[in-house]
Amino acid sequence: MSILVNRDTKVIVQGITGKQATFHTKQMLAYGTKIVGGVTPGKAGQLVEGVPVFNTVSDAVKETGATASVIYVPARFAADSIMEGVDAGLDLVVCITEHIPVLDMVKVRRYMEGKKTRLIGPNCPGIMTTGECKLGIIPGNVQKRGRVGLVSRSGTLTYEAAFQLMNAGIGITTSLGIGGDPVKGIDFIDALELFRADDETLAVLMIGEIGGTAEEDAAKWIAENMPNKPVTAFIAGRQAPPGKRMGHAGAIISGGKGTAADKIKALNAVGIEVADTVAHIGETVVATLRRAGIYDACHTC
Amino acid sequence: MNIHEYQSKGILKRYGVPVPNGKPAFSVEEAVSVAQELNRPVVVVKAQIHAGGRGKAGGVKLAKSLDEVKTYATELLGKILVTHQTGPEGKKVGRLLIEEGSNIKKEYYLSFVIDRTTARVVMMGSEEGGVEIEKVAAETPEKIFREYVDPAVGLMPFQATRMAYRMNFPAAAVRKASAFMLKLYSVFIGEDCSQVEINPLAVTAEDDVIALDAKLNFDDSGLFRHPEIEALRDETEEDAKERAAAKEGLSYVNLGGNVACMVNGAGLAMATVDILKHYGGEPANFLDVGGDSTPEKIATAFKIMLDGGQAKGIFVNIFGGINRCDAVAGGIVEAAKIISADGKSLPVPVVVRLEGTNVEQGRQILKDSPIKNVIMAPTMEDGAKEIVRLVNESA
Repeated sequence: MSILVNRDTKVIVQGITGKQATFHTKQMLAYGTKIVGGVTPGKAGQLVEGVPVFNTVSDAVKETGATASVIYVPARFAADSIMEGVDAGLDLVVCITEHIPVLDMVKVRRYMEGKKTRLIGPNCPGIMTTGECKLGIIPGNVQKRGRVGLVSRSGTLTYEAAFQLMNAGIGITTSLGIGGDPVKGIDFIDALELFRADDETLAVLMIGEIGGTAEEDAAKWIAENMPNKPVTAFIAGRQAPPGKRMGHAGAIISGGKGTAADKIKALNAVGIEVADTVAHIGETVVATLRRAGIYDACHTC
Repeated sequence: MNIHEYQSKGILKRYGVPVPNGKPAFSVEEAVSVAQELNRPVVVVKAQIHAGGRGKAGGVKLAKSLDEVKTYATELLGKILVTHQTGPEGKKVGRLLIEEGSNIKKEYYLSFVIDRTTARVVMMGSEEGGVEIEKVAAETPEKIFREYVDPAVGLMPFQATRMAYRMNFPAAAVRKASAFMLKLYSVFIGEDCSQVEINPLAVTAEDDVIALDAKLNFDDSGLFRHPEIEALRDETEEDAKERAAAKEGLSYVNLGGNVACMVNGAGLAMATVDILKHYGGEPANFLDVGGDSTPEKIATAFKIMLDGGQAKGIFVNIFGGINRCDAVAGGIVEAAKIISADGKSLPVPVVVRLEGTNVEQGRQILKDSPIKNVIMAPTMEDGAKEIVRLVNESA
């Protein structure tokens, strides 16, 4: 088991003829992902890395039976691409694109109401189920198979954390980056719910950052809903000054809200240990697993 | 992106939102001539800086004669204004807004922001105007009202009316207040705002509803749709290094300290700033060089960090994912060539931590082209400690 994607997931790449998309299509195929089609309007009939290109997502879905897509489309068109994927009835849409206008994402979220599609991102590295399937740009060599789920608002921190876990002998079921934007698809609680329902996942590592209150909300949810799977956390941005956007559109302390101190306090209050520095994420997870008595079960690589 | 109050009011006016008559002034003479033109018994001389709390800091003056306008304009132009939002260093006043005085009966608070949880625009209103809304939220949260907007239909008139009644507008001003709100929502949507704040919004003795102050912030990702907003940018309000970095496509925030860092990825960059502070350093900056950095871009990043002698040491913290460590290492070697006279030195200690894709090749490149002052760190923790130690020793 794993969450959201596995070796059988049929995937299409939206914007497949772009340079980044072509590069990552190759990488995803090499990882074993079942890429069954691509979409670029006007390019139907072409092949990219051996993958057939279609004019529309609905054509691609009809021909290939795909249930998931990954989007590498420029920011000004990306919201439309997400909605096209939702309209085609996909189960999962992953949007890598950064700098989508926030009001476009407000429309997307409204459009998604009452529809079955789940969205990961935008402005995210994607999702990877170890050894089976990856959608997005996560490097294939940073994580090994195991029993810990990983969810993060940051791309590079996802890789960094997975790498530290690998060095500590801790493997991963699925890792996903939910993205650095203020208005997005799946949030921490959605990811935690999925990990809770996954038998293979025994524990979760959650990586947050300044801005918003998703980490505080997650802390409350974990305390009330997930007593049996220990969570370890890390929060980036302890030194971020108020009112300054720290790279990610959503990483900003505004009106005194969204500080790292508040998030760490909320997590600690429900018994979740937060790594003191980015260099100690791996060992903090190990300590949590030992305390919960599941270190041996999670020591898979 | 932020703009000045007078620019915000110009946009409001375009959408039919009532604002006091007024014009910006860049000199004392201009201030007096605008006041003359307004020809009102009372004019307000307002310092234009990108920070709130100007009133309390002495940046807003009521002038009852042209002489007083001259006195206040002379006093304010060029003054360093320190408010609770500027930090102790303050901000230099380079522009004024000269505006007609209003006959204020009561002040209110009104704003629009994006609510992350519901993914909707939310209108917030309160009868407690003219004070910091954070204070109201902390002390009397029941005095703040909210209306969430369905983007499919926009702010509905009944929502605006409900808000006007909850905010306790006098009966004669309720319709004007709700019309004001509807127009303000159009500004938010039409201009891709991230925040619109009217504090205070005033009801005048004549029961008119008017924006006494106006703060508009814009979504940087939406600016491509609004070149006319981009043109309002006041570069003197922005940190010179941040501006230079933005022009090169680098995500940089000046933090004022002396231990600089160059990192790939925003999350890791934030976490690197944190770890430098954790080991006793004073972080100079946040800097995300991104995933596809060319040597030229890395050289530019080094120049910005070193500019003005700010960085006494630099921590390069790279986790190679899709972008490879060998490319970053090559970039550092090239950067040294561009920056230094002899082509193989950097002016301050540079501790480099490389991990991830092609890490061995990356380390080999730095070994093969030794650059004076560049030190390899075996781990991130060691690297952070080492750069802090080196900077503290040099101080």
